[in-house]
Amino acid sequence: MENLNLVLPEIFISLSIMFLLVLGVFKKDSSKIIFILSLFAILITAIITINETFSVSRETLFNESVVIDSLSSLMKIITLVGGFLVLVISSSYLKTFKIYNIEYPILILSSILGMMVMISSNDLIVFYMGLELQSLALYVLATYNRDQLKSSEAGLKYFVLSALSSGLLLYGCSLVYGFSGSTNFDIISNQLNSNEYVLTFGIVFILVGLAFKISAVPFHMWAPDVYEGSPTTVTLFFTMVPKIAALTVFIRFLYVPFLNLIDQWQMIIVFLSIASMIFGAVAAIGQTNIKRLIAYSSISHIGYTLAGLATASNEGIQSSIIYISIYVVMNLALFCCLLMLRRKDQYYEDISDLSGLSKNHPILSLCLLVILFSLAGIPPLAGFFAKFYVFIAVLEQSMYFLAIVGLLSTVVAAFYYLRIIKIIYFDKEKDKYDTDHSLWLKFSLTVSTILILLYFIFPSQLIEVVSRINII
Amino acid sequence: MNFPILSSLILLPIVGALFLFFTKDKEGNNLTAKYVALFTTVVNFLISIYLWISFDQSTSSFQFVEDRVWIEGFINYKVGVDGISILFIILTTFITPICIISVNNSVKNRLRDFLIAILIMESFMIGVFCALDLVVFYLFFEAGLIPMFLIIGIWGGARRVYSAFKFFLYTLLGSVLMLVAIISIYWITGTTDVVQLYEIGIDVKYQNLLWLAFFSSFAVKTPMWPVHTWLPDAHVEAPTAGSVLLAAILLKMAGYGFIRFSLGLFPIASEVFTPLIYTLSVIAIIFTSLIALMQEDMKKLIAYSSVAHMGFVTLGIFTLQQQGIEGSIIQMISHGLVSAALFLTVGVVYDRMHSRLISTYGGLVSVIPKYSILFMLFALASLGLPGTSGFIGEFLILMGAFKDNFLVAVIASIGVILGAAYMLWLYKRVVFGKLINEDLKKILDLNRSEYFILSCLAVPILFFGFYPDPLINTIEVSVTDLINMHNSNIASK
Repeated sequence: MENLNLVLPEIFISLSIMFLLVLGVFKKDSSKIIFILSLFAILITAIITINETFSVSRETLFNESVVIDSLSSLMKIITLVGGFLVLVISSSYLKTFKIYNIEYPILILSSILGMMVMISSNDLIVFYMGLELQSLALYVLATYNRDQLKSSEAGLKYFVLSALSSGLLLYGCSLVYGFSGSTNFDIISNQLNSNEYVLTFGIVFILVGLAFKISAVPFHMWAPDVYEGSPTTVTLFFTMVPKIAALTVFIRFLYVPFLNLIDQWQMIIVFLSIASMIFGAVAAIGQTNIKRLIAYSSISHIGYTLAGLATASNEGIQSSIIYISIYVVMNLALFCCLLMLRRKDQYYEDISDLSGLSKNHPILSLCLLVILFSLAGIPPLAGFFAKFYVFIAVLEQSMYFLAIVGLLSTVVAAFYYLRIIKIIYFDKEKDKYDTDHSLWLKFSLTVSTILILLYFIFPSQLIEVVSRINII
Repeated sequence: MNFPILSSLILLPIVGALFLFFTKDKEGNNLTAKYVALFTTVVNFLISIYLWISFDQSTSSFQFVEDRVWIEGFINYKVGVDGISILFIILTTFITPICIISVNNSVKNRLRDFLIAILIMESFMIGVFCALDLVVFYLFFEAGLIPMFLIIGIWGGARRVYSAFKFFLYTLLGSVLMLVAIISIYWITGTTDVVQLYEIGIDVKYQNLLWLAFFSSFAVKTPMWPVHTWLPDAHVEAPTAGSVLLAAILLKMAGYGFIRFSLGLFPIASEVFTPLIYTLSVIAIIFTSLIALMQEDMKKLIAYSSVAHMGFVTLGIFTLQQQGIEGSIIQMISHGLVSAALFLTVGVVYDRMHSRLISTYGGLVSVIPKYSILFMLFALASLGLPGTSGFIGEFLILMGAFKDNFLVAVIASIGVILGAAYMLWLYKRVVFGKLINEDLKKILDLNRSEYFILSCLAVPILFFGFYPDPLINTIEVSVTDLINMHNSNIASK
């Protein structure tokens, strides 16, 4: 008998989704209660995850198609925390646009379920199932503000391009299956014959599909439009949570079935990484919309994360995970600030709307200052350490070119972060924004900013947690 | 374990800044905030004086060392001072209160935020000078960019945005390569602890590239020709207190870095690249002195003179002679005092006339005599007149240079003459001559606080000019050991 306790989080969250759906259909005006209940659902799932799986070093279930190890439990917890925070700070935004409906929390829960399946997958079919579940939920979320043209456009664009990439991914999977005779990662790894060049095609197609999901250059085209068009809270969700799941799958794909083919894929990852770092930094310079800018900046941050993956070492994987965790915190803080730019039920998202913010809102601007310098990677803020760990791993493998290109592109990236700081601090002030924000929003902003600011005092803790992850 | 005196030096300004952060910001002249900041920095200065008194001059090993695990098994938070770094710490703690007194008129709005920025800056600068771990050093070195960027950008002059960006991006670009080098050192030797690295030494085959990576950072920060162009912009646009901090302390970080890291860690590469440094230094001395002659803006002139003076410093360091290095350190301390004083004197007339152009002034001696006398003292100290601290530094550097390379020393000596030319000509145009500008007739002489801070700077300039022994005694053993270590490294190659 399988030990079902290990998949209890997934079981619990799917039961909650069904229950909430039924509740939503039969009870009128139930959006508030469903919001609260889904928060509890996420919270309980997180607790179960910590209780049941955190101490497991490695277990497989269902004919080895699902794997529970320290990587999966850590990433699930980050996903759940991210989902929880997104949900908790969305409500006032959704109310403003009169889209405070039951579907929103349920869709978020479904996509989280999909991601959890992805994170735990040890089999091509299970992985694909999880991927599609989260994607379908995300398409709907992107169009969530359906009365707005931009939101519908974003959802449609995302759907068409994402479906294309899923097709490529599936084609890659079928090639891999055809040449290895199995869909299970461990079996593929044993069956691989590195002389099979067709397998390389399979890997390339799969990597293209995955690169699309994390919006690495050159498969990033959808990101700016979708990020700009979607409701801000959904954009926040897009920039944080799916990336965590996709990164985990990236790690598993590269290091479980295809580790022996490292010569084939290492160059691809290095290219994706360098292209993302440079393109993300350069393209963000000309942006005027904050959400578009964040899209490009997230592209360049994904570049750094991939740099860690390209090293083919445990330290590299760990540094990528540290990077993405710190990035999630910074991103959350940045979006909290963005959600505070509200004046009379209207949200502002142009960079010029930040002009002179420091005169009227000194605390908010100080938070933005810390966040932006951290995103730019200036010590002693958390963002610096994220980059620092990645480059330690990269240089351990003597990949000097990657490290130097990466660090030089941080200088380019620093320029556009500085531009925002300049607008906040050096330019003329505009009208005041409303200050009656929800407590959760203020709380999230404060906590994440303090984490970023004071990370340097206790840098060892995060490393300790992550150092349990040994894939290779 | 003894009282962590260095950490308290680093932390105290931050505590002051935090305290200010939680006080209410009043419009106008916020005296309370100023007193808090002043009190913090003066206490810090007193602690650093105590540090100097209890400092043991007879040994070159690091003292007051604190060593704590910071990132498990990787980086230790390690600070300590030796004869070289202690002087820079005292310079920092001495200049910062002077900056705070001087903000009277130049900073009109958001005084509290300005003081917070200066206090945080002080913390980072002290951290740079006592860090004994490369990563800790890098952290402090880079972190200083944030407050300085804000100081220039928020409280600066008309082109402040351009200057702030240029300052930030230039220095960041220089520094990222140093980060690559630091991490590489970690993988080559297994440690980033400077003391251990001194003992282990770094393999010769890596030294040249690593040296160049460090050089790229220090050269921008020094600044050396041809990457000096950010300095005049930053200086001109920064508020007076910002210029003072930049000139007096920030530029010294790189000189200090050259001595501590380039010479100490890469002795063989330093030997290899000496001709490069000589060339760049000599060009800096001659070329920027000539540029300084042509300036119409007083602050710009002083900024270019800083580049020329730092040219002497780098020249002195890489003579690899006892006199040269001692001269460089004294020159840095002296330049810290003199350039701070010069920026403050320019600030005094700028606050009254709102013009930095030399042509606005002329004949000041007949209306503000006290000012003119002090200005003369500082101008003479800048050009290195015997009896001022500027002389000791330049003289020792040239002595070291003559020992090592005659030609370079001769050319550098021409720089001394050019230095006299631009400073005296500046002084003549501003202070002497006919009083043409009608507005100048109503100009007021130094008020009490200005008189006080300028005298504070004048005293050590004259004192160390006549009696440099306290400085030389402090640094002598450390420099001797550095040279010995260097020579034994070269010999063992």
